[in-house]
Amino acid sequence: MQVNENNEVKKEFKPLIVAFCCNWCSYAGADLAGTSRLSYPADVKIIRVPCSCRVNPMFILKAFEKGADGVIMCGCHPGDCHYSTGNYYARRRMTLLFSMLDFLGVDRARTRVEWVSAAEGQKFALVMNDFAKKIHELGENVKLGDLRCKK
Amino acid sequence: MYQISIDNLNTLFEKIAAVRSLYMPVKKNDQVNFHKWEEGTEYCKDELKTVKSAKDLFFPQSENIVAFKKEGKKISVETGELPSEKFVLFGVRACDEKSFEILDKVFLSEPADQFYKARRLNGLVVTTACGAPEESCFCTVFGINPAEPKGDVTTWIADGKLFWQANSEEGKAFTEEIKDVFVDGDDSAVEAQKKQIAEIMEKLPLTGLSLEGWNGDVTMEKFNQPQWAELSEACLGCGTCTFVCPTCQCYDVRDYDTGHGIQRFRCWDSCMYSDFTMMAHGTNRPTQLQRFRQRFMHKLVYFPANNDGEYSCVGCGRCVSKCPISMNIAKVIKAFGGDKK
Amino acid sequence: MQKITGLAKKRILELLADGTVTKVLGWVPGDFCYDVTPAYFETAEEVEGMIYDSFCGANLSKYLINGCKTLEEGGKILVLLKPCDTYSFNQLLNEHRIDRDKIYVIGVGCKGMADIEKIKAQGVKGVTKIIDNGDTFEIKTIYGDKTVAKKDVLLEKCLSCKGKEHKAFDEVIDPEPETEQEIKDRFEKVKEVEAMTAEERYNFWSGELSKCIRCNACRNICPACSCMKCVFDNPRSGVASKANTDTFEEKMFHIIRAFHVAGRCTDCGECSRVCPQGIPLHLLNRKFIKDINEFYGDYQAGEEEGQRAPLVNFDFEDVEPSIVEEKGGN
Repeated sequence: MQVNENNEVKKEFKPLIVAFCCNWCSYAGADLAGTSRLSYPADVKIIRVPCSCRVNPMFILKAFEKGADGVIMCGCHPGDCHYSTGNYYARRRMTLLFSMLDFLGVDRARTRVEWVSAAEGQKFALVMNDFAKKIHELGENVKLGDLRCKK
Repeated sequence: MYQISIDNLNTLFEKIAAVRSLYMPVKKNDQVNFHKWEEGTEYCKDELKTVKSAKDLFFPQSENIVAFKKEGKKISVETGELPSEKFVLFGVRACDEKSFEILDKVFLSEPADQFYKARRLNGLVVTTACGAPEESCFCTVFGINPAEPKGDVTTWIADGKLFWQANSEEGKAFTEEIKDVFVDGDDSAVEAQKKQIAEIMEKLPLTGLSLEGWNGDVTMEKFNQPQWAELSEACLGCGTCTFVCPTCQCYDVRDYDTGHGIQRFRCWDSCMYSDFTMMAHGTNRPTQLQRFRQRFMHKLVYFPANNDGEYSCVGCGRCVSKCPISMNIAKVIKAFGGDKK
Repeated sequence: MQKITGLAKKRILELLADGTVTKVLGWVPGDFCYDVTPAYFETAEEVEGMIYDSFCGANLSKYLINGCKTLEEGGKILVLLKPCDTYSFNQLLNEHRIDRDKIYVIGVGCKGMADIEKIKAQGVKGVTKIIDNGDTFEIKTIYGDKTVAKKDVLLEKCLSCKGKEHKAFDEVIDPEPETEQEIKDRFEKVKEVEAMTAEERYNFWSGELSKCIRCNACRNICPACSCMKCVFDNPRSGVASKANTDTFEEKMFHIIRAFHVAGRCTDCGECSRVCPQGIPLHLLNRKFIKDINEFYGDYQAGEEEGQRAPLVNFDFEDVEPSIVEEKGGN
């Protein structure tokens, strides 16, 4: 908590980050990070999906709508998808969606895709720390989000 | 009759804006709609029809009614506050002014709609005569005179001047408040314009439409006519006609989940939509033919049946120029033999 | 144009008479020379009332979905398609939304379609008659006459015409094929927006999209939007809102709509044509097309039958989503 000159208490910005993790790799990677006692920010809320390909562009926008400051999608490395090819489709979709968000003038750094395998607990922690730091620097997301959802 | 030079209009607007909010046709992002006047705003005096009609000011496309908030195990209910902004609606055309009268029948009959009522009481309507009507205009068919619109105040723009005539008590009282911007003078230009408008209306292609045979008593006769099938076959089922229409008044009440409560709002709805008045058993108008027929039957038969023969169309012609496939009420009336010309 | 109308009518009457087709999909004139409406014809008498002129910009291919469904057993529907409409037609075939065996396509020549909004923007009011003189329109109004050059009032989609060649047809009627037309780069405006700063882009789109009245005209006219039930009409989707109650909602609607047709949009431009508020919706679609071309190789939806759309396809070597950030710029 910070107190400025006028004695007004300024609430510290606590970003809300949504991470869509595929069940087979990235979610297991998050698990491994946990069991290995690697720390990553508590601001990251993980949503488990059966495959990165399950992530509908609407999910990303919905997350922003409800107040997310950053959205990251994690899946198996290309070539390692549990369903063979799901993440290849997801890759195309997210590339186009992010490009469109950029076209509409939304900070592109608020969206990211990372490939994290079940064995990469360390990478998972690293990625989340880095992404959380970036979002922290960017500050609150005001461009995407429904005002009615703000408390 | 008071008057003011067109070049001094901004003085008038400043004067009005000093005491009340002022809304008028303004071009924003290439489209003319009713927007709030601020310093530097340019009034689109020649624009006949804003894209959205003026009903937006009394019956906005969406408004919050009530909110439910959840904190812990407690749920609190917050009713929306009634609008209290006093405003002047400037530059309303005769057709839109008439539409308020029609909307009043719906929203002000008991039990009156409190949101609508509050806005109606807070709003002062200043109309402007239509100096140059377009081919899509046919208000005279519904007995509206574009040369002499009603409203609290009527204005005419002619001969480089704006002429101001207060009609109602409110209009007169308001005129007193701002009258020092006006001058008195010769108003023969107004009479000349009225005559000119009447001549132009005669020449327009749609003003010869006849409403003979359309009234509240012909429900079954019109309902079962074969023309509906042909008229509706190209209809896309979009809501353009409904949303630009000054008299369409159907709305839906919806809940929005904010994550920590519910925001209940009402928003315009269109009988052209497949989920209009959706019920547990499904929709009662499954085909576009039925939806299309509903819209026009409502305007020309059901509404007159319930409102002393008053049609719920004012001939503004917005649907005529905005429909993506150019199907509109004028073509419907013609298809049933209502073409006098 | 009149020549084509005459030839088409003659041919349609022959095909109706010999039983090749049972129904015809074309256009009928309205009250003021520019308000044509798509219509079905079944008799020779009805066909006489058909029109094909410079205001027949509407793309008829989407009507075939319902047309095929409601066709009586053994019937066949004849449709008039302009060159650009045949792209949508092929796309619908690829998605199995229409049945090729039930359709007879007459490709009609096109010299570019006029936009009445652009004509009116030139100060035209009170139109009583429009005479097409080839390169110009002679417009008679109750306030006087005016002549406008056709090239100044073409529909946005016609400025970057995809070509005068029909990509699907049973026969073509084009007695006077177009010689030359100046073609504008269709990505010109997209590039212009891309070159803005993020803040400018945000303001540009906020201004444009805030005009949206959610009438759904863009969706309902779109030949690629052929879902039986749109996600925005589904109360269970959580996004079914009938009005924009928040600035975010209008953005979400248009982003998602453009995304749902990405890779399938033939750039027919109907969305922008019908928007009552004049929102340049085609820019969103063109942005996707431009990205697809850059990232996955040139692709034109509806160019031929049997294509595989880029979003239901992939390559092992596809670019990573981080390219958006790496591309940098503003």
